[in-house]
Amino acid sequence: MALDEIKIGGMGASRRRVEDNRFIRGKGNYVDDIVLPGMLHMEILRSNVAHARIKSIDTSAAWEIPGVRLVLTGEMMAARNLAWMPTLSYDTQAVLATDKVRFQGQEVAAVIADDPYIAKDACSKIVVEYEQLPAVVNPFEAQDPSAPLIRDDKENQPTNKIFDWEIGDKERTDQAFAEADVVSKIDLHYPRSHPSPLEPCGSIADYDRATGKLTVFMTSQAPHIVRAAVAMVAELPEHQIRIVSPDLGGGFGNKVPIYPGYVISILASILTERPVKWIEDKTGNLISTGFGRDVYLRGELALRKDGRILGMRMHTVSDHGAFFADAQPTKFKIGLMHSTFACYEVPAAHLTSEGYYTTKAPGGVAYRCSFRVTEAMFFQERMMHAAANDLGMDQAEFRRLNLVKDDMFPYRTAFGFLTDSGQYGKCLDIGLEAIGYSTFKQEQEEARKRGKLLGIGISTMTEPLGAGNSREYDIIGIKMFDSAELRVHMTGKAILRTGAKTQGQGHETTWAQIVAHELGIPAEDIVVEEGDTDTAPFGMGTYASRSTPVAGAAVAMVARKIRAKARKIAAHLLEVSEEDIEWELGRFYVRGNQERGVTIQDCALAAYSNVPDGLEPGLENNAYYDPPNLTWPFAAYICKVEVDAETGVWDVLKFVAVDDCGVRINPMIVEGQIMGGLTEAYAMANMQYITFDEEGNCIGSNYMDYLLPTAWETPGFELHEVVTPCPHHPIGAKGVGECATVGGPAAFVNAVMNAIEHTGVRNVDMPMMPNRVYEALQTGEDVSGMPPMKVE
Amino acid sequence: MSSLYDEVAPTPGADVPVRRVTIDVNGQKRTVDVEPRLLLAHLLRQGLALTGTHTGCDTTSCGACTVLFDGRPAKSCTMFAVQADGHAVETVEGMGSASGLHPVQEGFKEEHGLQCGFCTPGMMLTAKALLERNPDPTEDEVRWALSGNLCRCTGYQNIVNAVLWAAKKMRDEQTQEA
Amino acid sequence: MYPSRFSYESPKTVQEAISLLDRSGGEAKILAGGQSLIPMLKLRFASPEMLVDINGIPGLDYLRVDPDGTLRIGALCRHEDLEFSTTLANTHPTLAAAADLVADPIVRTRGTFVGSVCHADPQGDWAATMVALGGKIVAQGPQGRREIDVRDFVLGPFANALAYNEIAVEAVIPGAKGTARGGYLKLERRVGDFATASVAVALDMAGATVSHAGCALAGVGGRTIDANEAISVLQGKPLTAENIEAAAEAVAAVAEPRTDHRGSADYKRHIVKTFVTRLLTNIAKSEQKAA
Repeated sequence: MALDEIKIGGMGASRRRVEDNRFIRGKGNYVDDIVLPGMLHMEILRSNVAHARIKSIDTSAAWEIPGVRLVLTGEMMAARNLAWMPTLSYDTQAVLATDKVRFQGQEVAAVIADDPYIAKDACSKIVVEYEQLPAVVNPFEAQDPSAPLIRDDKENQPTNKIFDWEIGDKERTDQAFAEADVVSKIDLHYPRSHPSPLEPCGSIADYDRATGKLTVFMTSQAPHIVRAAVAMVAELPEHQIRIVSPDLGGGFGNKVPIYPGYVISILASILTERPVKWIEDKTGNLISTGFGRDVYLRGELALRKDGRILGMRMHTVSDHGAFFADAQPTKFKIGLMHSTFACYEVPAAHLTSEGYYTTKAPGGVAYRCSFRVTEAMFFQERMMHAAANDLGMDQAEFRRLNLVKDDMFPYRTAFGFLTDSGQYGKCLDIGLEAIGYSTFKQEQEEARKRGKLLGIGISTMTEPLGAGNSREYDIIGIKMFDSAELRVHMTGKAILRTGAKTQGQGHETTWAQIVAHELGIPAEDIVVEEGDTDTAPFGMGTYASRSTPVAGAAVAMVARKIRAKARKIAAHLLEVSEEDIEWELGRFYVRGNQERGVTIQDCALAAYSNVPDGLEPGLENNAYYDPPNLTWPFAAYICKVEVDAETGVWDVLKFVAVDDCGVRINPMIVEGQIMGGLTEAYAMANMQYITFDEEGNCIGSNYMDYLLPTAWETPGFELHEVVTPCPHHPIGAKGVGECATVGGPAAFVNAVMNAIEHTGVRNVDMPMMPNRVYEALQTGEDVSGMPPMKVE
Repeated sequence: MSSLYDEVAPTPGADVPVRRVTIDVNGQKRTVDVEPRLLLAHLLRQGLALTGTHTGCDTTSCGACTVLFDGRPAKSCTMFAVQADGHAVETVEGMGSASGLHPVQEGFKEEHGLQCGFCTPGMMLTAKALLERNPDPTEDEVRWALSGNLCRCTGYQNIVNAVLWAAKKMRDEQTQEA
Repeated sequence: MYPSRFSYESPKTVQEAISLLDRSGGEAKILAGGQSLIPMLKLRFASPEMLVDINGIPGLDYLRVDPDGTLRIGALCRHEDLEFSTTLANTHPTLAAAADLVADPIVRTRGTFVGSVCHADPQGDWAATMVALGGKIVAQGPQGRREIDVRDFVLGPFANALAYNEIAVEAVIPGAKGTARGGYLKLERRVGDFATASVAVALDMAGATVSHAGCALAGVGGRTIDANEAISVLQGKPLTAENIEAAAEAVAAVAEPRTDHRGSADYKRHIVKTFVTRLLTNIAKSEQKAA
């Protein structure tokens, strides 16, 4: 008899998480929990100014503190050719500053000592003499001919511009605008944000001179990429490098790049021949590591009177900080910004982008985002909102009219993406019904008569998740496939390893469910391991919602290879030919005689004890999966707010999320991902941003200034589900981890705008803090969030 | 990369005044010598190898380091270990027993109240203290009580559900006993 | 974040603590709740040579009301003791309204009322309520005890009037003459945020008439703003919309806000006016209900 898939924890089971067993007992194993014998501790001295020439660094007093083992400066790194390292965007980044500091918080020196308290004491004794230079805190300042040249270390870098990039069809787009009845425009800043996992970054480097082996425990979402990069930077042989990413206290893209601290700790371990632990403090994390966004988004829509979109133009100006360290596919300078408007029928589109250096922290990471998709969808939905208003059309109606229809798939977007599946209109309708859209306008009018400001905001979007196919997607040349390796032991228990790296997504639980679905081995009989480059197969790691689309597919594929071999064994055990074998969950049987069969466990035992002639013993395999396309989940997010006209404070009255992420492996975990993503969307819309004053001082350098919402402010979310299986994914799944963060912000912002736009205001930049909303209400004018912040 | 050892300073003879303290940690008396500036969180993590107490921020904002100090939640990164002398500290490792989990721990697993697990110990201890004072809290009371603990993964809704789940279980157990 | 070295003393009596402070010659700091001090030590904004931990001194954790209505708060009374007090809402509604807006629930289990006033943060909640209520701080030093009006006690940002060898042992807050009414409103972007602007209002009502009015502001100046004189326009008057408006304008006029990332000076002043209006209107409504 076939097994009950839910009972064995297969696909569709809201299986309780395996990893919870250790986390709820305080037995997680995060980098800072690891203690190695003889371990030393490292602290980093950071620049307190944004832009300055280093005149001198005096470390003598630091060396004198008892317990100090090593003090490193840029000069000493340079002597080993390690003062600079390559970034993930083919630029260079200072490991320890030699010539200048280029942002506040840049790494200037490091102390290695017996304990971190002593290392900190010693850091405070280092005297750095700076000659201050003007700060540059937005890309428009950077464009100014009088702006200081930030990257004077580079040849052929006469200005602060990093790149010009474009995609799309300019001519056709110009034509569309020439034919338009209405042209609608918008001008936005998506502010700098920080993923800010609760656990900051850190590493323990352990170099063993006797064996020549370097082991690094570190907070990495992509340990294999790190291994490759360390091999290149430190010129160590790759087989002598072991990167271990243990439990991660969140990542959200922040733990993708390679940071100076990792590199310094590695050199420190080589020099001291002791393990060296570096654990960043929260301020270090917020002011120096990979931020998200910081892009100016301008664009326009060419519209016909009846509401159809004829064409779209977009121009982005992005602020990359002092080093171009974006973690993104090589081919696309501004990530997948051109995925904008992918869910709408847009006949012609053109995108131009320019990127600039500023004296701010580097590392534009995909913060819970597939490479600038968050900015792309925010622009799209703010643009749609403005256009509907300009046309005098209903927001929902305008979207419904332009959404790609179910029968149009596969659909080629104006920028060349191929969307392959979805029920966009259905998702929107479910959301509208749930929020009570049909009666809202009346409710809004009545409320306004009583002095209450209500607003509703819609955001519908599809986004490209699961980079990628290797034709188009690589990071520093490494193709973006992923992998899985499965070993079934003789008792039918199994171990699965993948090249992904869980950081809260629950891979240990869901990967086992995929195997259970494919093989009928109960999920609880499968242990999942990730993150150790010595044992895990090569993979590109977990970010950009790519785990299920890529590594998850590899899991299904390797399980199918195992099943194919088990089928041969089953034929042998049942003494029939392979063609006469049928499969049902967990069991092979003889066609026409369902009673006569063997379980997958029987086959596993036979693989080690009774192998047919000509077949290799054992039951293990691996699979590398190169996806044929991205996956395209769709979401409709609808938010209803009330704005307090006297203070500008707004409250979420209701939030409805309709997600179609294809087949759900573990519905409980999927919903957890969506709620988490919506909370980050709410945070960015409401309070979470990093800004700078005119001297380049970072405002948002700790949790007193960089505000993250608590359980009290965070609204409740009502979730709905639509399932359109992905046509090319082996189990029909699509990415989901970031959908809510990508599509969510526009729903909140559109809702607040809807409540206040009767004053004539078209845009308030995020975060929509009470003072900004109030200002817009008073003046009816747009409120810009471009730094520098006004400070008296 | 060789011949650079001259840059490595010699081992110091550390001569740092310490104080002897005795702390009841999870029901066990622990006597240790600590430097006065040692934070309680660091004593628990490094000195006593109770690494379930996490340090997330430095500004008393995130609550990942929350322990129960004489039964009340306290941020152990904002107390010195010397201050715990003669007091009782409960960490996540002290929740539940060898034979079973505390209902709050069960609730977090049942309701998917955690993802990366980093905030979880602090959240659970705060929740435990809440339920000791208020066995039947409303959703708003739970949200208010947890508002000194930050979570980046879950969006809180499932954490709130987890605490309400535990509250119900604890009340049911009480009813059964009575 | 790791603090610098200090020596640590845990005296068992106030006298002992005072003599430790006296001997330190100004290089010591009192450690009570530590919820502001310890973060400052960790960030190395402060590096005292000695910490005098008063948590082991018995008898300082009280919150009590004298027969004449005077409220006395001992140096080790924690924020949450006020939050969970069952009587405070009747005797001192201003304090009750502020109690659960101070920091966050966990900080409130450790942080102390008196310590918070001593910290003299311009954005501090308790100092504002003290100023509105006409509270005093009792300082004890080698020469004995003295009472300091809170307006003379909070000198500026993070500066108070204590001599280096004095300890603030108690806060004294007079009871209302008549019916105590009051409230506290704070614009914070999330729990634990510092006030963008906040307003404490404390009224003594004689029937429908305001017999005494107190008011203070936090977050809108380089120190706690004393708005007692401004709100005294209400003295002897009923809480009519007109009087409320006049009071709100007068109070907003004494705010000294600065433009920063929390908002413009004008916005913060507007919030002060709005909050004063809301607080007084709420009181007027509840008076009407009571009558």
